[in-house]
Amino acid sequence: MIAVAVTRMRDLFAAAMLFAIYSLLSAALFVLLDAGDVALTEAAVGAGISTILVLAVLTLTRRYEHSVHRVNWPALAVVSVTGLCLLWAVSDLPDFGDPNNPVHTHLAPYFINNVYSDMGIPNMVAAVLASYRSVDTFGEVIVIFVAGLAVYTLLSVPPPRRPRRKENDAKREEPPA
Amino acid sequence: MRNNGILRIVARFLIPLILLFALYIQFHGEYSPGGGFQAGVVFAAGWILFVLIYGLEAGLKVIPQRAMVVVMACGALLYAFIGILGVMLGGHFLDFAPLLPNAPKGAQQAGIILVEFGVGMTVATVVMLIFTMFAGRKSQIHLIDGIPDSEPMPYPDYRQHDGNNDRDTHRQPEVHD
Repeated sequence: MIAVAVTRMRDLFAAAMLFAIYSLLSAALFVLLDAGDVALTEAAVGAGISTILVLAVLTLTRRYEHSVHRVNWPALAVVSVTGLCLLWAVSDLPDFGDPNNPVHTHLAPYFINNVYSDMGIPNMVAAVLASYRSVDTFGEVIVIFVAGLAVYTLLSVPPPRRPRRKENDAKREEPPA
Repeated sequence: MRNNGILRIVARFLIPLILLFALYIQFHGEYSPGGGFQAGVVFAAGWILFVLIYGLEAGLKVIPQRAMVVVMACGALLYAFIGILGVMLGGHFLDFAPLLPNAPKGAQQAGIILVEFGVGMTVATVVMLIFTMFAGRKSQIHLIDGIPDSEPMPYPDYRQHDGNNDRDTHRQPEVHD
Protein backbone atom coordinates (compact mmCIF):
# COMPACT_ATOMS: atom_id res chain seq x y z
CA MET A 1 0.00 0.00 0.00
CA ILE A 2 2.84 2.34 0.84
CA ALA A 3 4.56 1.38 -2.40
CA VAL A 4 1.42 2.37 -4.33
CA ALA A 5 1.35 5.65 -2.43
CA VAL A 6 4.99 6.28 -3.37
CA THR A 7 4.27 5.82 -7.06
CA ARG A 8 1.16 8.03 -6.95
CA MET A 9 2.89 10.82 -5.03
CA ARG A 10 3.83 13.96 -6.93
CA ASP A 11 5.45 15.57 -3.90
CA LEU A 12 8.94 14.11 -4.04
CA PHE A 13 9.76 15.00 -0.43
CA ALA A 14 6.75 13.04 0.81
CA ALA A 15 7.63 10.20 -1.55
CA ALA A 16 11.13 9.99 -0.05
CA MET A 17 9.68 9.88 3.46
CA LEU A 18 7.15 7.20 2.49
CA PHE A 19 9.94 5.18 0.96
CA ALA A 20 11.85 5.35 4.26
CA ILE A 21 8.76 4.07 6.05
CA TYR A 22 8.49 1.27 3.52
CA SER A 23 12.09 0.26 4.25
CA LEU A 24 11.48 0.39 7.97
CA LEU A 25 8.46 -1.89 7.59
CA SER A 26 10.52 -4.37 5.57
CA ALA A 27 13.15 -4.26 8.29
CA ALA A 28 10.45 -5.14 10.82
CA LEU A 29 9.39 -8.00 8.56
CA PHE A 30 12.97 -9.32 8.52
CA VAL A 31 13.09 -9.12 12.30
CA LEU A 32 9.91 -11.20 12.43
CA LEU A 33 11.64 -13.76 10.20
CA ASP A 34 14.62 -13.84 12.63
CA ALA A 35 17.00 -12.37 10.07
CA GLY A 36 18.78 -9.89 12.29
CA ASP A 37 21.63 -9.10 9.92
CA VAL A 38 19.36 -8.36 6.98
CA ALA A 39 17.04 -6.29 9.17
CA LEU A 40 19.96 -4.21 10.40
CA THR A 41 21.15 -3.62 6.87
CA GLU A 42 17.69 -2.73 5.60
CA ALA A 43 17.07 -0.30 8.45
CA ALA A 44 20.46 1.38 8.09
CA VAL A 45 20.71 1.47 4.30
CA GLY A 46 17.10 1.57 3.15
CA ALA A 47 15.57 3.76 5.81
CA GLY A 48 18.63 5.82 6.68
CA ILE A 49 21.31 6.35 4.09
CA SER A 50 19.32 6.09 0.88
CA THR A 51 16.70 8.49 2.23
CA ILE A 52 19.40 11.00 3.11
CA LEU A 53 20.98 10.63 -0.32
CA VAL A 54 17.61 11.13 -2.00
CA LEU A 55 17.08 14.26 0.09
CA ALA A 56 20.54 15.50 -0.84
CA VAL A 57 19.64 15.05 -4.48
CA LEU A 58 16.27 16.74 -3.91
CA THR A 59 18.04 19.92 -2.82
CA LEU A 60 19.36 20.09 -6.39
CA THR A 61 15.97 19.63 -8.01
CA ARG A 62 12.43 20.88 -7.59
CA ARG A 63 10.09 19.49 -5.01
CA TYR A 64 7.21 18.55 -7.30
CA GLU A 65 7.31 16.13 -10.15
CA HIS A 66 5.95 17.28 -13.49
CA SER A 67 2.62 15.63 -14.06
CA VAL A 68 2.57 13.56 -17.21
CA HIS A 69 -0.86 12.94 -18.63
CA ARG A 70 -0.28 10.57 -21.48
CA VAL A 71 0.24 6.88 -20.88
CA ASN A 72 3.46 5.30 -22.08
CA TRP A 73 1.98 2.19 -23.70
CA PRO A 74 5.22 0.28 -24.53
CA ALA A 75 6.45 0.75 -20.96
CA LEU A 76 3.10 -0.39 -19.58
CA ALA A 77 3.18 -3.47 -21.81
CA VAL A 78 6.75 -4.40 -20.76
CA VAL A 79 5.93 -3.95 -17.08
CA SER A 80 2.73 -5.99 -17.25
CA VAL A 81 4.34 -8.85 -19.17
CA THR A 82 7.27 -8.97 -16.74
CA GLY A 83 4.95 -8.85 -13.75
CA LEU A 84 2.75 -11.64 -15.12
CA CYS A 85 5.84 -13.79 -15.79
CA LEU A 86 7.04 -13.23 -12.22
CA LEU A 87 3.60 -14.10 -10.82
CA TRP A 88 3.59 -17.25 -12.96
CA ALA A 89 7.06 -18.15 -11.65
CA VAL A 90 5.85 -17.82 -8.06
CA SER A 91 3.71 -20.91 -8.55
CA ASP A 92 6.90 -22.87 -9.23
CA LEU A 93 8.54 -21.88 -5.96
CA PRO A 94 8.72 -24.49 -3.22
CA ASP A 95 6.41 -24.06 -0.25
CA PHE A 96 7.37 -21.54 2.39
CA GLY A 97 9.06 -23.27 5.31
CA ASP A 98 9.20 -26.68 3.65
CA PRO A 99 12.21 -28.53 5.17
CA ASN A 100 12.91 -30.25 1.83
CA ASN A 101 13.53 -26.98 -0.01
CA PRO A 102 16.76 -27.01 -2.02
CA VAL A 103 18.00 -24.08 0.04
CA HIS A 104 17.79 -26.24 3.16
CA THR A 105 19.34 -29.37 1.74
CA HIS A 106 22.24 -28.13 -0.36
CA LEU A 107 24.85 -26.14 1.58
CA ALA A 108 23.03 -24.96 4.67
CA PRO A 109 23.46 -28.20 6.67
CA TYR A 110 27.21 -28.07 6.09
CA PHE A 111 27.40 -24.49 7.38
CA ILE A 112 25.13 -25.21 10.35
CA ASN A 113 27.16 -28.26 11.36
CA ASN A 114 30.64 -26.90 10.76
CA VAL A 115 30.66 -23.18 11.56
CA TYR A 116 31.21 -23.58 15.27
CA SER A 117 33.77 -26.36 15.01
CA ASP A 118 35.66 -24.55 12.22
CA MET A 119 35.70 -21.02 13.59
CA GLY A 120 34.32 -20.98 17.10
CA ILE A 121 31.96 -18.09 16.45
CA PRO A 122 28.19 -18.24 16.85
CA ASN A 123 27.08 -15.86 14.08
CA MET A 124 26.79 -18.03 11.00
CA VAL A 125 26.05 -15.08 8.74
CA ALA A 126 29.35 -13.42 9.56
CA ALA A 127 31.20 -16.72 9.15
CA VAL A 128 29.68 -17.42 5.74
CA LEU A 129 30.15 -13.85 4.51
CA ALA A 130 33.67 -13.27 5.69
CA SER A 131 35.24 -16.71 5.55
CA TYR A 132 33.43 -19.32 3.45
CA ARG A 133 32.34 -16.76 0.88
CA SER A 134 35.05 -14.18 1.38
CA VAL A 135 35.83 -13.87 -2.31
CA ASP A 136 32.22 -12.82 -2.95
CA THR A 137 32.50 -10.25 -0.19
CA PHE A 138 35.75 -9.03 -1.70
CA GLY A 139 33.88 -8.45 -4.95
CA GLU A 140 31.21 -6.50 -3.07
CA VAL A 141 33.83 -4.27 -1.48
CA ILE A 142 35.36 -3.61 -4.88
CA VAL A 143 31.92 -2.73 -6.27
CA ILE A 144 31.31 -0.26 -3.45
CA PHE A 145 34.77 1.20 -3.88
CA VAL A 146 34.28 1.66 -7.61
CA ALA A 147 30.86 3.23 -7.02
CA GLY A 148 32.43 5.73 -4.62
CA LEU A 149 35.20 6.48 -7.09
CA ALA A 150 32.70 6.98 -9.91
CA VAL A 151 30.60 9.46 -7.93
CA TYR A 152 33.77 11.24 -6.83
CA THR A 153 35.00 11.51 -10.39
CA LEU A 154 31.67 12.63 -11.87
CA LEU A 155 30.85 15.23 -9.24
CA SER A 156 34.39 16.61 -8.93
CA VAL A 157 33.84 18.43 -12.21
CA PRO A 158 32.42 21.85 -11.36
CA PRO A 159 29.02 22.52 -12.89
CA PRO A 160 29.05 24.58 -16.09
CA ARG A 161 28.29 28.27 -16.01
CA ARG A 162 24.65 28.67 -16.90
CA PRO A 163 22.65 31.87 -17.33
CA ARG A 164 19.78 30.50 -15.32
CA ARG A 165 19.31 27.35 -13.33
CA LYS A 166 17.26 24.98 -15.39
CA GLU A 167 14.40 23.10 -13.87
CA ASN A 168 16.01 19.75 -13.63
CA ASP A 169 13.91 16.76 -14.25
CA ALA A 170 12.96 15.35 -10.88
CA LYS A 171 14.16 11.90 -11.76
CA ARG A 172 17.67 13.04 -12.67
CA GLU A 173 20.40 11.98 -10.31
CA GLU A 174 22.58 14.98 -10.96
CA PRO A 175 22.46 18.22 -12.92
CA PRO A 176 23.85 18.03 -16.45
CA ALA A 177 27.56 18.56 -16.18
CA MET B 1 18.92 23.97 11.53
CA ARG B 2 21.97 24.65 13.61
CA ASN B 3 20.11 27.26 15.63
CA ASN B 4 17.53 24.76 16.82
CA GLY B 5 18.44 24.01 20.41
CA ILE B 6 16.52 20.79 20.73
CA LEU B 7 18.14 19.33 17.65
CA ARG B 8 21.60 20.32 18.79
CA ILE B 9 21.24 18.86 22.26
CA VAL B 10 19.61 15.64 21.10
CA ALA B 11 22.25 15.21 18.42
CA ARG B 12 24.99 15.82 20.94
CA PHE B 13 23.65 12.89 22.95
CA LEU B 14 22.86 10.68 19.98
CA ILE B 15 25.95 11.00 17.81
CA PRO B 16 28.40 9.40 20.28
CA LEU B 17 25.91 6.60 20.87
CA ILE B 18 25.51 6.02 17.13
CA LEU B 19 29.27 5.92 16.60
CA LEU B 20 29.70 3.59 19.57
CA PHE B 21 26.95 1.31 18.28
CA ALA B 22 28.68 1.27 14.90
CA LEU B 23 31.93 0.14 16.51
CA TYR B 24 29.99 -2.44 18.51
CA ILE B 25 28.40 -4.04 15.47
CA GLN B 26 31.76 -3.83 13.72
CA PHE B 27 33.79 -5.71 16.30
CA HIS B 28 31.02 -7.78 17.90
CA GLY B 29 29.75 -8.92 14.51
CA GLU B 30 30.78 -12.53 15.01
CA TYR B 31 28.64 -12.88 18.11
CA SER B 32 25.59 -10.80 17.30
CA PRO B 33 23.96 -9.59 14.10
CA GLY B 34 26.19 -7.16 12.33
CA GLY B 35 29.40 -6.90 10.41
CA GLY B 36 31.50 -4.50 8.45
CA PHE B 37 28.85 -3.39 6.00
CA GLN B 38 26.21 -2.48 8.58
CA ALA B 39 28.81 -0.91 10.87
CA GLY B 40 30.16 1.26 8.09
CA VAL B 41 26.71 2.48 7.14
CA VAL B 42 25.78 3.25 10.75
CA PHE B 43 29.07 5.08 11.31
CA ALA B 44 28.52 7.15 8.19
CA ALA B 45 24.95 7.87 9.33
CA GLY B 46 26.30 9.27 12.61
CA TRP B 47 28.67 11.53 10.71
CA ILE B 48 25.92 12.63 8.32
CA LEU B 49 23.70 13.53 11.29
CA PHE B 50 26.58 15.68 12.55
CA VAL B 51 26.80 17.36 9.17
CA LEU B 52 23.05 17.98 9.02
CA ILE B 53 23.14 19.73 12.38
CA TYR B 54 26.50 21.50 12.39
CA GLY B 55 27.13 22.07 8.70
CA LEU B 56 29.25 20.44 6.06
CA GLU B 57 32.33 22.51 6.84
CA ALA B 58 32.45 21.38 10.47
CA GLY B 59 31.97 17.79 9.31
CA LEU B 60 34.81 18.07 6.84
CA LYS B 61 37.06 19.40 9.60
CA VAL B 62 36.50 16.16 11.47
CA ILE B 63 37.02 13.92 8.46
CA PRO B 64 38.51 15.74 5.47
CA GLN B 65 37.46 14.67 2.02
CA ARG B 66 40.99 13.63 1.18
CA ALA B 67 41.02 11.31 4.17
CA MET B 68 37.79 9.72 2.93
CA VAL B 69 39.33 8.88 -0.42
CA VAL B 70 42.45 7.49 1.24
CA VAL B 71 40.57 5.40 3.81
CA MET B 72 38.20 4.17 1.10
CA ALA B 73 41.15 2.75 -0.81
CA CYS B 74 42.83 1.49 2.36
CA GLY B 75 39.78 -0.59 3.30
CA ALA B 76 39.75 -2.40 -0.02
CA LEU B 77 43.53 -2.77 0.11
CA LEU B 78 43.37 -4.20 3.64
CA TYR B 79 40.92 -6.84 2.41
CA ALA B 80 43.14 -7.68 -0.55
CA PHE B 81 46.25 -7.68 1.64
CA ILE B 82 44.74 -10.24 4.02
CA GLY B 83 43.89 -12.37 1.01
CA ILE B 84 47.38 -12.14 -0.46
CA LEU B 85 48.95 -12.72 2.95
CA GLY B 86 47.23 -16.11 2.97
CA VAL B 87 48.78 -16.88 -0.42
CA MET B 88 52.24 -15.82 0.70
CA LEU B 89 52.02 -17.99 3.81
CA GLY B 90 51.21 -20.99 1.68
CA GLY B 91 47.44 -21.13 1.34
CA HIS B 92 44.80 -20.02 -1.13
CA PHE B 93 43.63 -16.47 -1.78
CA LEU B 94 41.54 -15.34 1.21
CA ASP B 95 42.30 -18.57 3.02
CA PHE B 96 42.71 -17.55 6.64
CA ALA B 97 44.08 -20.83 7.97
CA PRO B 98 47.79 -20.10 7.30
CA LEU B 99 47.70 -16.83 9.24
CA LEU B 100 48.03 -18.57 12.60
CA PRO B 101 49.07 -22.16 11.86
CA ASN B 102 48.77 -23.33 15.46
CA ALA B 103 45.24 -22.11 16.12
CA PRO B 104 42.87 -22.74 13.19
CA LYS B 105 39.87 -21.23 14.97
CA GLY B 106 41.86 -18.19 16.03
CA ALA B 107 43.14 -17.75 12.50
CA GLN B 108 39.60 -17.76 11.12
CA GLN B 109 38.44 -15.26 13.73
CA ALA B 110 41.39 -12.95 13.12
CA GLY B 111 40.83 -13.14 9.39
CA ILE B 112 37.12 -12.41 9.74
CA ILE B 113 37.71 -9.44 12.02
CA LEU B 114 40.39 -7.91 9.80
CA VAL B 115 38.42 -8.45 6.63
CA GLU B 116 35.26 -7.02 8.16
CA PHE B 117 37.25 -4.02 9.33
CA GLY B 118 38.33 -3.43 5.75
CA VAL B 119 34.71 -3.67 4.59
CA GLY B 120 33.63 -1.24 7.30
CA MET B 121 36.28 1.32 6.38
CA THR B 122 35.40 1.25 2.71
CA VAL B 123 31.63 1.36 3.19
CA ALA B 124 31.69 4.16 5.75
CA THR B 125 33.94 6.41 3.71
CA VAL B 126 32.16 5.72 0.41
CA VAL B 127 28.82 6.72 1.93
CA MET B 128 30.36 9.83 3.49
CA LEU B 129 32.06 10.74 0.24
CA ILE B 130 28.90 10.37 -1.85
CA PHE B 131 26.99 12.50 0.64
CA THR B 132 29.73 15.13 0.65
CA MET B 133 29.79 15.31 -3.12
CA PHE B 134 26.02 15.82 -3.35
CA ALA B 135 25.88 18.26 -0.45
CA GLY B 136 28.77 20.32 -1.79
CA ARG B 137 27.22 20.45 -5.25
CA LYS B 138 24.51 22.83 -4.06
CA SER B 139 26.84 25.59 -2.97
CA GLN B 140 28.92 25.14 -6.12
CA ILE B 141 25.88 25.71 -8.32
CA HIS B 142 24.86 28.77 -6.35
CA LEU B 143 28.34 30.26 -6.37
CA ILE B 144 28.72 29.83 -10.10
CA ASP B 145 25.22 30.82 -11.10
CA GLY B 146 25.63 34.39 -9.95
CA ILE B 147 21.94 35.12 -10.36
CA PRO B 148 19.98 34.51 -7.18
CA ASP B 149 16.71 32.85 -8.00
CA SER B 150 13.92 34.87 -6.53
CA GLU B 151 11.72 31.90 -5.79
CA PRO B 152 12.36 30.60 -2.27
CA MET B 153 13.35 27.00 -1.96
CA PRO B 154 10.25 24.98 -1.15
CA TYR B 155 11.99 22.65 1.31
CA PRO B 156 14.11 24.66 3.71
CA ASP B 157 14.16 22.19 6.58
CA TYR B 158 16.80 19.72 5.61
CA ARG B 159 19.11 21.84 3.49
CA GLN B 160 22.76 21.52 4.22
CA HIS B 161 24.30 24.69 5.53
CA ASP B 162 27.90 24.60 4.67
CA GLY B 163 29.55 27.52 6.34
CA ASN B 164 29.89 29.94 3.47
CA ASN B 165 26.19 30.41 2.88
CA ASP B 166 25.74 34.00 3.89
CA ARG B 167 23.86 34.58 0.67
CA ASP B 168 21.52 31.74 1.45
CA THR B 169 20.58 33.06 4.84
CA HIS B 170 20.06 36.56 3.49
CA ARG B 171 17.83 35.23 0.82
CA GLN B 172 15.80 32.92 3.03
CA PRO B 173 15.47 34.24 6.54
CA GLU B 174 12.73 31.70 7.23
CA VAL B 175 15.28 28.89 7.19
CA HIS B 176 16.14 29.30 10.85
CA ASP B 177 13.16 28.05 12.72
